[in-house]
Amino acid sequence: MIKASLRELSAALAQKKISSVELSTLFLERIERLNPTLNAFISVDRDKTLAQAGQADAAIAAGGAGALAGIPLAYKDIFCTEGWATTCGSKMLANFVSPYDAHVVQLLKAAGLVTLGKTNMDEFAMGSSNETSFFGPVRNPWDTAKVPGGSSGGSAAAVAARLAPAATGTDTGGSIRQPAALCGLTGLKPTYGVVSRYGMIAFASSLDQGGPMAKSAEDCALLLSAMAGFDPRDSTSLARPVEDYARDLDQPLAGLKIGLPREFFAEGMADDVRAAVDAALAEYRKAGAVTVEVGLPNSGLSVPAYYVIAPAEASSNLSRFDGVRYGHRAPEYSDLFDMYCKSRAQGFGAEVKRRILIGTYVLSHGYYDAYYLQAQKIRRLIADDFAQAFEHCDVIMGPTSPGVAFDVGAKSDDPVAMYLSDIYTIAVNLAGLPGMSIPCGFGAGGLPVGLQLIGNYFDEARMLNVAHRYQQATDWHLRMPEDI
Amino acid sequence: MPLNLDQIARIARLSRIEISAAEAAQTRDQLNGVFALIEQLQAVDTRGIAPMAHAMDLTQRLREDVVTEEDRRAAYQAVAPEVEAGLYLVPRVVE
Repeated sequence: MIKASLRELSAALAQKKISSVELSTLFLERIERLNPTLNAFISVDRDKTLAQAGQADAAIAAGGAGALAGIPLAYKDIFCTEGWATTCGSKMLANFVSPYDAHVVQLLKAAGLVTLGKTNMDEFAMGSSNETSFFGPVRNPWDTAKVPGGSSGGSAAAVAARLAPAATGTDTGGSIRQPAALCGLTGLKPTYGVVSRYGMIAFASSLDQGGPMAKSAEDCALLLSAMAGFDPRDSTSLARPVEDYARDLDQPLAGLKIGLPREFFAEGMADDVRAAVDAALAEYRKAGAVTVEVGLPNSGLSVPAYYVIAPAEASSNLSRFDGVRYGHRAPEYSDLFDMYCKSRAQGFGAEVKRRILIGTYVLSHGYYDAYYLQAQKIRRLIADDFAQAFEHCDVIMGPTSPGVAFDVGAKSDDPVAMYLSDIYTIAVNLAGLPGMSIPCGFGAGGLPVGLQLIGNYFDEARMLNVAHRYQQATDWHLRMPEDI
Repeated sequence: MPLNLDQIARIARLSRIEISAAEAAQTRDQLNGVFALIEQLQAVDTRGIAPMAHAMDLTQRLREDVVTEEDRRAAYQAVAPEVEAGLYLVPRVVE
């Protein structure tokens, strides 16, 4: 059961081979046994989960329950979940019990999915290794000396170790795709605006996007179909017709044009990653796809542009944490100003403070044009590069991450080295395009390698088709860590 | 242009984050590392390029001028550090 796809779980539940209470109990027991090693979950609440599973069982018995009803799902702890602690990996929100559900949670609950727990993450989603969490680092189930990637590292580790059938994540600069790659999962960041940001604690609002992390493209397609949808409470939510993202999964790949950005295949990619990516491309050619070289000449500027834009938006978003309406308040202070300064100094960790300071500086008088406006212009150049590339191809492919999972502690003292782990993923967020990572082999130390797929705007169904056909021909996505 | 300790103190004040003298020196060094990365942007000729604030270049939606929020004050204030009689308590600002 722990290896089953969502379709298999759905069938087992519908045929009463297993109840949602039994299925949820199975995963809760795995969490109890393995989470002390992995630290993938921040909150687990057996009673709440089993009560919800009982309701799902009743709905299934009554008939008319949705296809995903009764399936347990883990939520990244950035999604507000009513009655559950929602910490965003921060001391600032360590005691915050959300009074409401995020739109994504509302939709998935309505579809009958059962909340299995809240997963660990980099504090306020700022990190690429899950080491900035107030609740401690997450360990990679493939090798517990390694990081799982970040910021959705808890979700990635949980699904990779089969502590949950699937999970939600969020991706601002690669936070779904990079941990999916480092943990051997399939993860999808939708086109900006497809999934509502309501109740998803904000980091960089023009980049943040929620999405599924699961064992296969098919599972991601089913989850995305349930997560996506217009929501008037998110001012950038797009009013579009509801889509069945699984509709094209089985379409043939003959004639598919795959664009390979020469900048992604230049220096910087580790040899083991390159070998796995090349082998995946050979598999696609075997399936009838053709590869064409494309150029993304400004993609090298995506990391510096991102580290102006994302901190600028973060410094504004995180100003809401003032110790007045929610979150940490310092126990001692002299006046209101001092209360703000001490509450924020105590509540935020080092990386979050660093980004707030960077953001405050680039938005401050005299520097706005030189940094913020310049970064926004370069963002346009990066988006225009993709528009030109998509005139020559249907989907873009390359590595998700320049290397396999690195050691815990290896980059934690060097912010710039850490920032560069997202060199292939960030441009996609700046452009607002959909992107995926799928497992495509193993590199040094037997650690998973991710292949990144980048689609044109709203081309999720095709991207999922391209990923699914590969997963029909290979079994990388079915491999799971053994010693755990 | 590297940041100095006075600038760090000013940014920290604007950010409402207290930092000690020891932290300030370390913060300055780390921020200067990040700004060395960001400096690459200055070399790019962006004359005539329109800034991109948002992937979809959306404009704000309008809605009917009607109340859409329900009253959930009690639930929202339950998570506040200090409230009294439906009000958020903060240190005295006006004597």
